[in-house]
Amino acid sequence: MHSFDVLVIGGGHAGVEAACAAARMGARTALVSFDLQAIGAMSCNPAIGGLGKGHLVREVDALDGVIGRAADAGAIHYRMLNRSKGSAVWGPRVQADRVRFKAAVQRIVRTQENLMLVQGEAAALVLKSGVVAGLELADGTILNAPRVILCTGTFLGGVLFRGEERFEGGRIGENAAKRLAQQLRAADLPMARLKTGTPPRLDGRTIDWAALEEQPSDDESWTMSPLTPRRLNPQVFCAITRTTQAGHDAIRANLHRSPLFSGAIGAAGPRYCPSIEDKIHRFGDREGHQVFLEPEGLDTHMVYPNGISTSLPVDVQELIVRTMPGCARVEIVQPGYAVEYDHIDPRALTPDLQVRVIPGLYCAGQINGTTGYEEAAAQGLVAGLEAAAAVLGRAAPALDRANSYIAVMVDDLTLQGVSEPYRMLTSRAEYRLRLRANNAATRLTGLGIAAGCVSEERRSWWERRENLREMFHVKHSQCLHSRDLADAGLPVRRDHGVKPIAEWLRYDGITHDALAPWLGDVAALDPLLAEEMAEDAAYAPYLARQDAELRDLRASEALTLAADFPFAEVPGLSNEMVERLTKAAPGTLAAAGRVAGVTPAALSALLVHARRRLADGQRAA
Amino acid sequence: MSQNPTIFALSSGAPPSAIGVIRISGPQAGAALAALAGRMPEPRRAALVKLRDTDGAMLDEALALWFPGPNTATGEDLAELHCHGGRAVIAAVEAALAALPGLRRAEPGEFTRRAFANGRIDLAEAEGLADLLTAETELQRAAALANAGGALSRQVVDWRERALALSAEIEAALDFSDDEDASDLPECFTWNIAALAGELRVWLSRPRSERLGEGYRVVLAGPPNAGKSTLFNALIESEAAITSPIAGTTRDVIERSVGIAGVPFTFVDTAGLRDGAHAEAIEAIGIDRARGELARADLVLWLGPEGEGPQGAWEIAAQADRGDFTAKPSARFTLSATTGEGLGALKSALAEVARGTLPKPGEAALNARQHARLAEAAEALAAAEMLSDPLLIAEELRRARHEFDRLIGRATTEDMLDTLFGRFCIGK
Repeated sequence: MHSFDVLVIGGGHAGVEAACAAARMGARTALVSFDLQAIGAMSCNPAIGGLGKGHLVREVDALDGVIGRAADAGAIHYRMLNRSKGSAVWGPRVQADRVRFKAAVQRIVRTQENLMLVQGEAAALVLKSGVVAGLELADGTILNAPRVILCTGTFLGGVLFRGEERFEGGRIGENAAKRLAQQLRAADLPMARLKTGTPPRLDGRTIDWAALEEQPSDDESWTMSPLTPRRLNPQVFCAITRTTQAGHDAIRANLHRSPLFSGAIGAAGPRYCPSIEDKIHRFGDREGHQVFLEPEGLDTHMVYPNGISTSLPVDVQELIVRTMPGCARVEIVQPGYAVEYDHIDPRALTPDLQVRVIPGLYCAGQINGTTGYEEAAAQGLVAGLEAAAAVLGRAAPALDRANSYIAVMVDDLTLQGVSEPYRMLTSRAEYRLRLRANNAATRLTGLGIAAGCVSEERRSWWERRENLREMFHVKHSQCLHSRDLADAGLPVRRDHGVKPIAEWLRYDGITHDALAPWLGDVAALDPLLAEEMAEDAAYAPYLARQDAELRDLRASEALTLAADFPFAEVPGLSNEMVERLTKAAPGTLAAAGRVAGVTPAALSALLVHARRRLADGQRAA
Repeated sequence: MSQNPTIFALSSGAPPSAIGVIRISGPQAGAALAALAGRMPEPRRAALVKLRDTDGAMLDEALALWFPGPNTATGEDLAELHCHGGRAVIAAVEAALAALPGLRRAEPGEFTRRAFANGRIDLAEAEGLADLLTAETELQRAAALANAGGALSRQVVDWRERALALSAEIEAALDFSDDEDASDLPECFTWNIAALAGELRVWLSRPRSERLGEGYRVVLAGPPNAGKSTLFNALIESEAAITSPIAGTTRDVIERSVGIAGVPFTFVDTAGLRDGAHAEAIEAIGIDRARGELARADLVLWLGPEGEGPQGAWEIAAQADRGDFTAKPSARFTLSATTGEGLGALKSALAEVARGTLPKPGEAALNARQHARLAEAAEALAAAEMLSDPLLIAEELRRARHEFDRLIGRATTEDMLDTLFGRFCIGK
């Protein structure tokens, strides 16, 4: 008899974070995977982070997750995307050596206390009176646990497409978890199909790198996780090339052979990361589309051409890549393909990612209709923390749209559902100015420590940093006269009066460095923290205004709607609105207001109805 | 859950009038109609019925209309009785309704509250309807009707769409990295923000709807015994102010609201202005108040010696009927409130000047709340216009959208993403 508090099925990015988060909380956890050696594999592009995604990595890391440290361990190229814009939209991104990344994940997983690894195929959930009680493996072994987290990626009914060919399975060379999929279908969960794709992998030795524009790793010293003291690997460069008209002609001539256009794949793919045939079909007027040639590791010649995911037949794929500058003689090592797979409509989940109709079952990652390692990792973290907290009778960190991208994503998924694979974007976060990738630790690590999911190493790092932050606050409240600043040659009018340093930092040309005569060399103590503090000062007026908005929001968060709230009984809601609200089952009035398509008039009706029910309930009690 | 009581009220003007329309809304509306009319008319068709009370006594012959919910003005079952508009008839029908089980008289604004609660109207429309209920003059009614009919809501939805499109453009520039094939902002981007801000400012500069409620404020001023109170009484067509030949009769400020030619006015009668030396304590306080009123006035009618009134005041030569009448050489109006001479000309001139300062008929007017929200939105757009950091421009646009949402009562970022992806080729 094997008994656990939390079982995690799947060893991808979601599964790893879920298992480690639950174990860090102190729950007896097991991670079940049908190939323990595959834990931590990067199935698609060899990059971690990017716009919006970098925020997620930093947030998962701030709650002591795995992905940030593993990314640093594998990183062979660091780049801060969007550096030319405001820091709230900077996107830290690394390219990671697959082997090194996976080794780091395996090291963390295998040394994690409270976590056992179980090799085996998950065959069926064990349910008692409709509530999760454990998991049955294909060999008949029963694992008992009151909480099970499904992190099975595209393995649910996945079908691969390459031109006219099709294969069953998730990633190339692995079996789809069909038995579990059948059981979920039988449970009558709302399911839908999505598709995703990969580009062909190229042999780097057949690329003429000298003919291409180089993109070096940036020469700064930042890392994905602040616990990684410095960059660990030799850094490589990427190169930039483009698709050409000749390649586009080949695509147009063969569109009918793409399963996307022949009708073989009906599911929706991501609009923001479309296949190259989609790009040509929809935006044919462009002369070429940028392609990044990204080395996959230090010990391999494989190159990932980012920007040309495709499901066209191999002969067409060759035409596309060989018409790109620098790639005339390039060899394809593994052709690109599209995957069509089932996902659960995430509106069937509560905000802790639990399946509403099967208490004790959680879902995280691609199974919820998202795309990307970072999105998967962040959901895994949430499911792991929540499942463990539920078993242990504690509270998970309180995440909301105003403190994390993680919560923005979970809220979007569970309220709006998905019509295409969900990818994080900074524009999804309405309080973006306060949710910067570089202040994730300030926002979240304290919450993590309080919830009990942060290890001693990070805790002591964070406490030291908090002391420094306090010192910055004291220094920033020091008042200076404009006359003194002007006398020191700073670009300030002499008659601007006395202000605290925090306000002077909002002026163009006034930086920590410029204020060194008064501050001393504070920036040298912790340059990244100094940068964060200067940004806080600059954004302060905007954040103060948002505070008022957040108070309003919290007021409508206070009006809760019961899980079985009868939306159909609310007068004046159209059938479509009733359906959307019933599917999303918003827990509060504020959440109902975020459900797409709910009109102001409907919201007012809901407000009145909810208040009335509340009053009736109180009278009845 | 408790069932709403069924409510009824006279929803046309105060009797006596040609027709009195009684509205009944709620779950018992159908039963009430059947009880009084003896039968149910076909839905949404006027039917001539005989109204009888529970004892079978005939109350009136009326047109009855039956609107089954929920697609009605209130979202509930709704009935209308178009009775004869005599006081006794209306009172009798109302009494018969009140006697029915589950029915009660509606509280002020309750029909509107129900429409709002039942998702029939949004916030701005609800405010318009609320104004409509308190409208006393034709102008007030027309403005409230414009808001209730959704004129403001439609305008805000249009602004919101345009702000959303601008947000989508800036977000496309923000959410795609420097390295990618991201589109630059179109050249007209800032111009479009400015144009939107300009439209908001036009609305903000228009008269507010409270002006309609408060009316155009006309203050009558002048030395004691100049005939202010007599003119005041003539203008409001009632004896509100005591008049006498004794100087200093009016000691306090008296104000009355009336409609002239459909335009709401508030007329203010004040104590005569004279040196404190001649006035006793109470009159002196009255004189102070009078001076305060002069500052608040939209228009002052000056009944004193020419040129001694406040700037912009209309020179009035009053008491033209009196033997000791001294003409004012450049009087705007010469009149006698006693004989009525010149009074009509003054009234039509007042109506004309007031109309120009009040919302135009049928034009939606903003109330204080709406004005505040719109002013915030305009401020955010003005800031967006001046900023160069796209991140902060995006934040200001978001703030503007948030204010639009608050104006009509909604909030979501989802539809912005739809706009964003619908319009741009965003490849990774």
